[in-house]
Amino acid sequence: MEVSDGATRVLAGLLEARTGQQLQVGRRWRLETGLAPLLRSHGYASADALVSHIQAGHDHALADAVVDALLNNETSFYRDQASFALLKDKGLARLQRERGAGRRLAIWCAGCSTGQEAYTLAMMFADEPARWEGWTIDIVATDVSRGAIEAARAGRYSHFEIQRGLPMAKMVRWFDKEEDVWVAAPALRQAVRFQQRSLLDAAPHPGRFDAILCRNVLLYFSSSLRRQVFGRLASVIAPDGVLMLGAGETVIGNTEVFVSDFECRGLYRPILPEDAWRAA
Amino acid sequence: MKTCLVVDDSKVIRKVARHILETLDFSVAEAGDGKEALVYCEATPPDVVLLDWNMPVMSGMEFLRALGEAELSRRPKVVFCTTENGIGHIRAAIEAGADEYVMKPFDRETLYSKLQIVGLA
Repeated sequence: MEVSDGATRVLAGLLEARTGQQLQVGRRWRLETGLAPLLRSHGYASADALVSHIQAGHDHALADAVVDALLNNETSFYRDQASFALLKDKGLARLQRERGAGRRLAIWCAGCSTGQEAYTLAMMFADEPARWEGWTIDIVATDVSRGAIEAARAGRYSHFEIQRGLPMAKMVRWFDKEEDVWVAAPALRQAVRFQQRSLLDAAPHPGRFDAILCRNVLLYFSSSLRRQVFGRLASVIAPDGVLMLGAGETVIGNTEVFVSDFECRGLYRPILPEDAWRAA
Repeated sequence: MKTCLVVDDSKVIRKVARHILETLDFSVAEAGDGKEALVYCEATPPDVVLLDWNMPVMSGMEFLRALGEAELSRRPKVVFCTTENGIGHIRAAIEAGADEYVMKPFDRETLYSKLQIVGLA
């Protein structure tokens, strides 16, 4: 299936307007692979025919489905295991010390795709009941894709999805097998609030977070939009909160509102007034 | 270079596993059943054993028990690799001492993540 330059421009514009994500030149193959099932199921002969229908503006559900089809939902449990070990052993350990009085943590998994990273977080807390006894852990996970959020809420994973990154002991502890599908245990599903929400929208409740995971999402944004989103994240993260990016991502050159967390190398923290004083 | 012993009575599975493991920079040896694998481990213990469940001569579970009793210079990590993927089988593998479990069919990313979990990638 070939997608004309005109259709490519329209679809790339639709994707960026709805999600902030750019369809970079190297990822245009996604138009062909992502849209082919949609064209078949809706009976369109070509991407141009699909674009014409979207441009008529009467079918919002179709436009939603196109955006969903173009998003990259690649994710896995414990994606980059060393990063999650760092979060657990250093980042959460510090937050636990600092929040000992209130015993409450709010964590936002921003751009959670089909939920594996949010459930990874939930398992990290649930696997240490003694350590977190008496704590209220509020995990909210958002993604722009309706399909991804529905899948995340259902907590149903295929043979391939469940195996990727998830140790077997956790798999049998936290998932039940229903024929060929592995289903997250009710306790795990209840530990995460999933919401369909773009990174360009307002932050979810409670609006202030001790830790934010925003992994492998911002690399698809334009540099100006990326800077804008970093600014929004900084506005809702606690002054001593931690930001966790994807293993190949950094704040360097992308924003001036987060810096490397010297106590937890690999994580980031918002710029504090004393940082500005030091830099002056 | 890390070493992996692939134990499976299917030549096709051994070939597929070898290909994936070699792309992950492992040196690969093969055995067609548990008994052959035990002899290999006693002579040159690999870093990890990728172990099928159902095999002639000596099954994967029998191999795992024998490995536990064998006097080796070092104990390899054991990753069960099988189509037996019910929760009961997986629990039995954990109790028998397996370090990880991968369900067939699997792809490179899955095997890589399992090798990471046992500290070998």
